[in-house]
Order: sequence, then C-alpha cells, then structure tokens
Amino acid sequence: MAGPATGFAERVRPNGTTQRRSARTESLIVRWLIIGVSLLFLFVFLVLPLVTVFVQAFSRGIGPYLGALTDPDAVSAIRLTLIVAAISVVLNLLFGLVAAWSIAKFEFPGKSLLITLIDLPFSVSPVISGLVFVLLFGAQGFFGAWLIEHDMKIIFALPGIVLATVLVTFPFVARELIPLMQEQGTQEEEAAISLGASGLQTFFRVTLPNVKWALLYGVLLCNARAMGEFGAVAVVSGHIRGETNTMPLHIEILYNEYQFMASFAVASLLALLALVTLIAKVVLERFAISEQ
Amino acid sequence: MKIDVRHVTKRFGDFTALNNVDLEVKSGELVALLGPSGSGKTTLLRIIAGLEWPDDGRVMFDGTDALSRSVRERHVGFVFQHYALFRHMTVFENIAFGLRVRPRGQRLSEAKIREKVGELLELVQLTWLADRYPSQLSGGQRQRIALARALAIEPRVLLLDEPFGALDAKVRKELRRWLRSLHEDIHVTSVFVTHDQEEALEVADRVVVMDKGRIEQVGAPEDVHDRPATAFVHEFIGESLVLPITVQDQRVHVEGRLLPIDPQGVANGAARLFVRPHEIDVVAADGAALTGIVKRVHGLGAARRVEVQLSAPETLVEIDTPRNLPVEVGATIGLKPQRYRIFADAR
Repeated sequence: MAGPATGFAERVRPNGTTQRRSARTESLIVRWLIIGVSLLFLFVFLVLPLVTVFVQAFSRGIGPYLGALTDPDAVSAIRLTLIVAAISVVLNLLFGLVAAWSIAKFEFPGKSLLITLIDLPFSVSPVISGLVFVLLFGAQGFFGAWLIEHDMKIIFALPGIVLATVLVTFPFVARELIPLMQEQGTQEEEAAISLGASGLQTFFRVTLPNVKWALLYGVLLCNARAMGEFGAVAVVSGHIRGETNTMPLHIEILYNEYQFMASFAVASLLALLALVTLIAKVVLERFAISEQ
Repeated sequence: MKIDVRHVTKRFGDFTALNNVDLEVKSGELVALLGPSGSGKTTLLRIIAGLEWPDDGRVMFDGTDALSRSVRERHVGFVFQHYALFRHMTVFENIAFGLRVRPRGQRLSEAKIREKVGELLELVQLTWLADRYPSQLSGGQRQRIALARALAIEPRVLLLDEPFGALDAKVRKELRRWLRSLHEDIHVTSVFVTHDQEEALEVADRVVVMDKGRIEQVGAPEDVHDRPATAFVHEFIGESLVLPITVQDQRVHVEGRLLPIDPQGVANGAARLFVRPHEIDVVAADGAALTGIVKRVHGLGAARRVEVQLSAPETLVEIDTPRNLPVEVGATIGLKPQRYRIFADAR
C-alpha cells in the first residue's frame, strides 16, 4: 500500500478508454491548442536548457570536456559534494525515520507544531538557512568566540556546509514517510510485539519493510537536493577553491570567470544526476506499485 | 488459564473507558464481551492483552500478577479487528513470525518451524494459501490466517477483537461456527469482543454485557437473554417492548390507569415496563388497561408480527402472535403482558 501516500499511484493509472466519446466536449482546435501550449512550455523551460548544458559542455569536443572535469579544483568540488551529500542523506534518513515514527505512532504535546516545523526548510529562503549558521557559529556569532578558543572551525569548512545542507534537505525523507506511516497505523507493530518480537525485531521485520519504497524515494529526492544545493551552501562555504567549493559553487565561479565550457562541463554532471534521479524514481514507483 | 480482572479503571483524558470492572474468566472458557461502541469492551480486552495499562486495579493470570509483565511476556494470542497481517510477508511467514522472533536459545529449527506452520495451516484449512500475500486473500481467509498466527506461539489465552466485524453476513455465520468448534478442539481460554448480540449468544459459554465502562451482567447466553439484570441488558439483548409506568403503593399505573401486574418490588416512582414481543397476550379490548389499533400484520414464520398503535401512551409497539389467532388490521385489541420485567428509572 505504498502507492497512495507517496502520491504516485494516480499518476500511473491510465484513464479508462471506454468513456472517450462521451466525455469529450472540447473541439479539436481547443484540444490541440492546450496540448501545444503545454508541450511548448515543457520544451522551452525544460528540454532546451538541458540540451544547452550538454551542447555547451561538449562545444570544444570530448578532450577539453574531460580536461575540465579532471581539473584538480573540479575533482575537489566533486569529492566535497559527494561527501556532503553522503553525510546529509544518512543524517536525514535517520532523522526522517525517527520524526515520522514519532509523529505517526505516538501522541504527544507539540506534535502539530513539529509537523509544521518539518516543512520550514521548504518555505524559508536557502540563504537564510545558511545565514543562521553564520550567525550561530561565525567568528562574530553566538558560539564564535568559544569555537575559536577551542580551535574548531564550522563556518567556511566542511561542518558548516554539511549543517546547511542537512537543514535544507531534511523535509524530504520525513515528508514521504509521515503520511504512509499514519495510514498504516500501529496494529502490525502491536501484532508483532504480542507475538513476542522485541522493539528492534519489530522495527526491522515489520515497520521498515512496510515503508521501504517510500524511504528510498525520500532518500533519492534528498540526495538530489543535497548535491544541487546552492544558496545555503554559498553563504557558509567561503568559496575556498579546492577546499570548500561544492559543485554548484564551482560552476558559478567558472561561469563568472568566463570559462563557459568548463562551467557547463561540471554542470552536465549535475544535469546527469537529475536524469538518473528521474529514472530511478520511475523504477521505484514501478516496484512500489507492483508490490501492492 | 484463569484470568482475574479486579477493580480495573481506565481513563483517556476526561473519558472513563472502564469504571471499576471486575471479571473472572475460567480456564478453558470462551467468553464474549458484548456492548455498544464506547462501552469499554475493547479497552478491557487490550488491558488483558497488555496493549493497554489500567490506571487502577489488577489483572491476574492463574493467580499471578500479569500487569508486571509486558505484552511480549504474557504469551497472549491477539487477533486484531482488521487482522493486522504483515503485508509484506507471505501467509507462511506471517504464521511463522512468532516462532522466528524467539530468543535464539528457544528458537525451533527451520524444519520444526515448517512442520508447525504446516499443522496450523491445516487447522485453519488453508494449506493451499501458504505462498500468497495477505492482499490476495478474502476477508474470511485473512481472519483465519490471523488466528493461525496467534495460535503459533501456543498462547495461554486467545483474545479476539471483533473477530467477525469486517466480514459479510454469510462468511460471518460460517466462521463463528468454525470458531466454536475450533475452541472445542483446542480448549484455550478465549475472550472475544463483539457488538453483535447474536454472535455473542451463539458462540460464547458466557456473555459479559457492558455499557459505559461498566459490566451490566455476566451470565450464560440464556441467562442474559431470559433473565436480564438491568434495563440496559433487557433493551440491548433481544427485542423489547418498553412502556413508561409509575409505581405507587405496590400498584402499577400506565398513563394514570391501573395495570393489573406485579410491580416486582420496585419502589414508588417512575419506572419502565419491559416485555418481549412474544410474551404479551392479545385479549378483548373491553376492560383491558392497554388497548390499541392494529396497524399492520406481517411475517411468514410460525409467529406473526403485529404492529399496534397504543392509545395511551400514544406509541407504536410490535408484538408476536401465533398464526392461528385471528388479528385484523383496523381492529381494536387489548394487550396483557404475560412475562415482564420492571426496572425503576435511574434517578
């Protein structure tokens, strides 16, 4: 029953073909106009930019393309992005599970506040998400003096980038799981415990398998966002080349230095990530539906 | 195993789900908790299981304290209203679950588990469904698998929450007969919750009638039906014809007229008269305290159902009369309660 809650069941189900004649009231022209407008829109805003990225990236051939990607600064940016994404995804996976579990299975004061707060990163500008950490951990920040005293670096270093990314991406996993877990209720867990299962056994044998597809789906979206995050990371990173530049920041720097080809070469990796995410998403949806 | 529930009280916020409940279930007995929704019957079942904890009172299994043990340790087989089968496991794995999660030392070998699950599948007559998933089963099949899963841990008590609630009428009848015969075979102490009186009266050895967090009556099915202890039980179980009356100086009055029946020791004041539809006689209208006009006659069985519009109090009642008694629509008839109960109104 993973479908409805994750919201993709209705998208896949084709409409019945029997009603074709009677249900249609629009004239042929109107129909083609509507279809034409949406296709044009898709082409201009989605396909064209994507194609441009790859065209620009390969504008001087495969050699310079690979050269741009193997540039030490680029390699460092790619590595940093992968590290940041790996840490943020794992943290948000854990946080999302715990939050969804507590919201779906228990009653406690402040529950509705927590549900609202989980959505906060969606509604707040990423720049602000970055700025709060500067205000907290920057040299002039709340904990700044203490951090300097103990020789710890958070802002303009990996911890700051991870913190900002975690904040921006934390709704993804929780958002996928909460409605599904709420729909499933607690009866299966109660059944497991009454049959003698421990808390851990119940979690790993009953709760987790019941939400696995939604969980993977959330992780996928979380990862895509973590790798692509720009605003929040830009504020806390400090743009130190070869050290605190992630891929999106690296792309911007190259672009500002008029190195368009190199800039688009790195951008093509992010575009590729988007495509892979899209395909993986479709595959996951198929699995989730076939298991019902 | 014997279950003792003593002085159990449970509140959810301002709502008192159970109010000082006492209950004893004998070893090997099949007991029904019967009541309308909100009567506390499911809460009582969940407290016995250990899925809920009382605010006050004690629960004893065979004389030892059960509340000090968690649901895991109580060895209780619980069958949930909506079955709660593990949706991602096959029928086989569902039944095997309780055997697989045992601590390593007590776990059976794979061969033994297979044998045991096979036996249980045979018991519920669904061997051919072993490899299916719960979503591929019908409601009745799911219910039986849920029961087999609960029995796999060899429970000391079997607790069933509305076991037939989600099934259609025909499957329901079949399953309850099957449950009754199953109980006769395995004789495990069992308690089930239901809001369906027919189900309770047919299946259980004893019926516990509950209302508003209290036990109204405990007794054999014929006891609660034929000798209801309270007005609630009389109204809730079986059909009742109810008339408001007043008792004054050991006499019963209906709308100011004397009704020549025994007040059954009820004190002066407002009370209600309860009669079963088949325990009231049709008599001549002249001189009868209760008179009315026949509105409708129907029914095909041994008895006929007659709807009578009483003149005082002005109310429509239904009675059963033998087929051979001539009753015509539009005729004025008198009614005389033959067997009845009088309960004083709560003050």
